[in-house]
Amino acid sequence: MYSPEILFAALLNGVMTGAIYALIAVGLTLVYGVLHIINFAHGAILTAAMFAVYGLHAAWRVDPYLALLPLTVGFFVLGYAVQQLIIGPASRGDDGNILLITLGLAIIIENALLAVFRSDTRSVDVPYAFSVVEIGGLLFSLPRLLAVAVVIAVALLLWLFLAYSRTGVAIRAVAKEKIGAELCGIDVARIYAVTFGLGAACLAIAGSLLMPTYLVNPRVGNAFVLVAFTIVVLGGMGSVPGALLGGLFIGVVESFSGLFMGESLGQIGIFLIFILVLLVRPTGLFGAKA
Amino acid sequence: MSGASAYGSVLALAAGLGVLPVATESNVLLNFLVFMLIVSVAATGWNLLGGYGGQFSFGHAAFFGTGAYGMAILQERAGLNAWAALPIAIALGAAVGAFIGALAFRARLRGSYFALVTLAFAEVLRILANVLPITGGAAGILIRLRVDPWHFQFADQRVLYWVALGFLAGALLLVRAIERARFGAWLVAVRENEDAARALGVDALAVKIAAITLSAAITAAAGCLYAQKFLYLDAAIAYGPWISVEALLAPVIGGAGTVFGPVLGAVVLLGLGELTKAWIGDLTGGAVPGVDLVLFGVLLILCVAFAPRGIIGLLFRLRVWARWARS
Repeated sequence: MYSPEILFAALLNGVMTGAIYALIAVGLTLVYGVLHIINFAHGAILTAAMFAVYGLHAAWRVDPYLALLPLTVGFFVLGYAVQQLIIGPASRGDDGNILLITLGLAIIIENALLAVFRSDTRSVDVPYAFSVVEIGGLLFSLPRLLAVAVVIAVALLLWLFLAYSRTGVAIRAVAKEKIGAELCGIDVARIYAVTFGLGAACLAIAGSLLMPTYLVNPRVGNAFVLVAFTIVVLGGMGSVPGALLGGLFIGVVESFSGLFMGESLGQIGIFLIFILVLLVRPTGLFGAKA
Repeated sequence: MSGASAYGSVLALAAGLGVLPVATESNVLLNFLVFMLIVSVAATGWNLLGGYGGQFSFGHAAFFGTGAYGMAILQERAGLNAWAALPIAIALGAAVGAFIGALAFRARLRGSYFALVTLAFAEVLRILANVLPITGGAAGILIRLRVDPWHFQFADQRVLYWVALGFLAGALLLVRAIERARFGAWLVAVRENEDAARALGVDALAVKIAAITLSAAITAAAGCLYAQKFLYLDAAIAYGPWISVEALLAPVIGGAGTVFGPVLGAVVLLGLGELTKAWIGDLTGGAVPGVDLVLFGVLLILCVAFAPRGIIGLLFRLRVWARWARS
């Protein structure tokens, strides 16, 4: 049997991983909730963000946490442009087309990174990568603790933005009733682009938080994106609180199934949950709209 | 189209492709052509479900890999003859298809949800194949080298090419027969409007499950061919995303929901892929991985944007324009 200390450590570990999963899933669910599309390029954009952090550090020794702000802005603009210039015009609003276009984008981004950086695994070298802080007799990894703090801050900011800003209200209006929102004078195409930009910005933040402790290669996004899909489906497609809770839950599940079944089989636990939820309750455990 | 010309066009294509090896002795070219045929067969399987049935699978690797591993495991672990293993491996692939279809379609998954669940099944199988001893785990599985037609291994690459061509012709004839049968009409009706089809008395669930089973069987046959061509498998090859992507790209780019679309798409994709790789390689003085796939992604987006019925649809539109310009 495992001692309570090990189980508790696994739980905390899961929560810290889950916080980053939650952030990735929030981006995905936001795009789904408003545009009603599943963005298959989400994982590839995350990989691109991680390579951007890596690139800034390799070229000019920019600290990953310093890169966070400019990259968030940069990826927002990038996401905005991709939706406005590629996905919107090329799909003509058809769901099947959007599915294929985001798949095409994923293939392009992933393989362009492969062509440039090759399949080598890279990491950024920062002095605090293995720093720990002691809280109540328990040791916490400093970068991962910071990640949790940033994710909480981002979630709060996002909530304030969606609840109180004019654009946030417009986003929620488009998510609820697209045609009605359009009749009220909301520029739906612009709201779509803003939402896609926000999704990409979440990934830039996630990338900056991941890089101090994580490795990057052109395929790394795939591992995260299926986890993110699971979280989004679990939390209810389009539900931001669902994605946050789902992220923490999946982080813990992964941590425990890794403990009991070993690293490689631990991943299966997530996929089985994913398939099960899709089959049994596609509206998600937290009961958001279908 | 009359019956004779409907099937005749498939046979004509097969005959045309059949004389290709007479013109070449180059093993490099033959290897490429065999690979192209394997992808064409896998894509023809995807086309039946995705092109005619409108159910976009992102996980056809689940069927391809089951066929391939079935072939290898039945020969190496159960000591079966390759030709006896072939129908069993195809049946296993079909069974996986029926299983996934029964679960997913019974749960009324469609569109992106269906795409996601197929992707997840393929990933589960990939992880399992990577750890289970029966599949050889991460080290993979080798099929013993026994170059003998009795063991489905050929000294002459051209014979393998003709066998693969036979598989493709069989798959295309099957799709053509389905297209002309009542079942094909039901399938297209489900694609165009499932609720309307159901209102007209079409058992949409049964039609979709039958379609995914047949589709899986065809793609599993492609996996069997792959196993016998390369005689080595690991989880990333058999259940990897690459084959899910190529089985989908070829029909979408060639023309989904047409008999020849997947073949045309596979020829165009793989041909252009090789050319770009060679061209970029010359330019930079070394192989650059991924450039062919970047091109595939661009082609996919261009096709969706400008050629909704793929290259075949584009050709058809050109013909209509030409006729209109003449009159």
